[in-house]
Amino acid sequence: MDIELTDSIQITDDYSRTLLMDLYDKMVLCRQFEDRVKLLFLEGTMPGTIHQSQGQEATAVGVCAALGKDDYITSTHRPHAHALAKGLTPEEMMLELFGRATGCCKGKGGSMHIGNMDKGMVPAIAIVGGGIPLATGMALTFKMRQQDQVVACFFGEGATNEGAFHEGVNLASIWSLPVIFVCENNLYGASTAISKTTRVPRVSQRAASYGIRGETIDGNNVLKVYEATRRAAEECRNGQGPVLLEMLTYRRVGHSRRDPAHYQDKSEQAFWFARDPIEMFKNSILSSRDITAAELEAIEARVAQTIEDAIRVAREAPFPTEDDLTYDVFSMELKS
Amino acid sequence: MKHHSIAEALREAIAEEMERDRDVFCIGEDIGVPGGFGGAFTVTLELEKRFPDRVLDTPISELGFIGAAVGAAMMGMRPIADVQYSDFLFLAMDQIANNAAKLRYMSGGTIKIPLVVRAPVGATGRGSQHAQNMERFFIGIPGLKIVAPSNAYDAKGLLKAAVRDDDPVIIFEHKLLYGSKGARAEAGTTNASSDIPDEDYVVPLGTASVRREGSDATVLAWLLMLHESLAAAALVESDISAEVIDVRSLAPFDWKTIGDSIDKTGRVVIVEEGPITGSVSAELAAGIMERFPDKLVTPVMRVASADVPVPFSPVLENKYRPDRQRIAEALRSIVS
Repeated sequence: MDIELTDSIQITDDYSRTLLMDLYDKMVLCRQFEDRVKLLFLEGTMPGTIHQSQGQEATAVGVCAALGKDDYITSTHRPHAHALAKGLTPEEMMLELFGRATGCCKGKGGSMHIGNMDKGMVPAIAIVGGGIPLATGMALTFKMRQQDQVVACFFGEGATNEGAFHEGVNLASIWSLPVIFVCENNLYGASTAISKTTRVPRVSQRAASYGIRGETIDGNNVLKVYEATRRAAEECRNGQGPVLLEMLTYRRVGHSRRDPAHYQDKSEQAFWFARDPIEMFKNSILSSRDITAAELEAIEARVAQTIEDAIRVAREAPFPTEDDLTYDVFSMELKS
Repeated sequence: MKHHSIAEALREAIAEEMERDRDVFCIGEDIGVPGGFGGAFTVTLELEKRFPDRVLDTPISELGFIGAAVGAAMMGMRPIADVQYSDFLFLAMDQIANNAAKLRYMSGGTIKIPLVVRAPVGATGRGSQHAQNMERFFIGIPGLKIVAPSNAYDAKGLLKAAVRDDDPVIIFEHKLLYGSKGARAEAGTTNASSDIPDEDYVVPLGTASVRREGSDATVLAWLLMLHESLAAAALVESDISAEVIDVRSLAPFDWKTIGDSIDKTGRVVIVEEGPITGSVSAELAAGIMERFPDKLVTPVMRVASADVPVPFSPVLENKYRPDRQRIAEALRSIVS
């Protein structure tokens, strides 16, 4: 069950150049988006609160790269990387974070409920574990309608101690539903270490109690994440789901807002910070393929520009009108 | 024309809707087990024979299967979720209040949740935890529609309207009104059977119904209390002309029908099974005073249960549940 966490990523010739460049592009997008949002938040121009995912880019990007356009994800209170990885644009997200009427949820969702069903992302469910039964029901629909789709359901290790995890995974297992339960184990539920909340050393061991396959993966190795998700998706499409994937990763930032994360052990931080998912991947593709640093720098510059453009659009976009308050509660309005 | 109990009428409504629309399915505990109960009150009895793939028996897992129903509804299915006793809705509260009710709004109006939840209520010799009138806990959750039929005609028509509605609807049903037969029959029931037309019909959500016309006072009631209120009106009819309204839709209220009646009578008695504090009747009373202050000739009166858990002993339970005598006293008091 235990796995080796290496500093280098093996890049075989099986991976196309396009795939590798896309993975890099998306991870850089996630990182830069989050870093820029942090500045916007600290300068006080962005309303609300934020839960950021710097350091967890490989799980979001690797999982979504292995899914099809018609597949869905559910997300959590920490959803920005999931959204970008599933194909939401920085612009529709920035608009939403600034609370504008043209955001992906018309300014009614905000950071913690970002999503776009047309792109296969359910508005993020910010109640810990709350998206798990939902994903099971989505997969039930695919099975009943004999549709060849899967749901990847993201949650943190903290969610695995919620009743919703037990009930949602159990239901999916008895009905063999096409759900990939993706546990991003970043070792902390807010400030509390998993060692204080969970006796089993690996979340993936819990799969055994539902009679399903569980696997622990180096969540900072984007190719391992991608491969594991591809295998899981194939199993799900063959009626052998669900699958529980535990992805070991680490938050490079606090839980939310200005949390300095003093609870993270210094040596633990040093270990994980040295295993940055983007740096590891960058070094590996530079050393093993005909990809140049200049090409990657060009990606970084383009992404930075895209984000600045999105911020400019969002700052100038209209807010909802006060009349919008009472719309979108019901789809079929009744007299009252 | 047929004559049906509420249990039979609901069963017929479900079967007809499942026949009409492949996306309609039932999900719940003990609802389709051959040789079993057909749900706690026989409503789904033998439906699994006609619809073997669409009557889904679940583990005892209310959070899980109601969450899954929400997820399926989000993807376009039309689930009818059955909780054996409405008290169990507390276990699924997160999925109902945070997901079903809010997903449309927080997605900026892009998601529909055509979910129906059926939930039996009422004090019926089962003590505190299988007896509550749970309506009160849901009427203040924006995004939910709530109905509570008092007869078989309405039960069938409201359930059909709920299934066809694109928003989440909770239908509260009273255990003493079902007319369940055989091993699942209840003691001390009230006859709520109706003539049922052969042709398809719906009872629109959001509407109340005047059950007895009168000019001295308006009685507002629903479920079992509607029947007690009609009996009370008959008890006092030599002295008082009471108009009795079946509120029927608890979210939203039908203020038009209620207001028109108060226009005639100027006096209101609200009758509710359930503790008086924080109740549906409290919301009705406040709404009446805000909307029709000039129509009232005297303050609104309420007849409801004491602020206690539902007791077991028949003596205590009968004291807990408002009855025709208490309602008749209130009527005599309000017109004196």
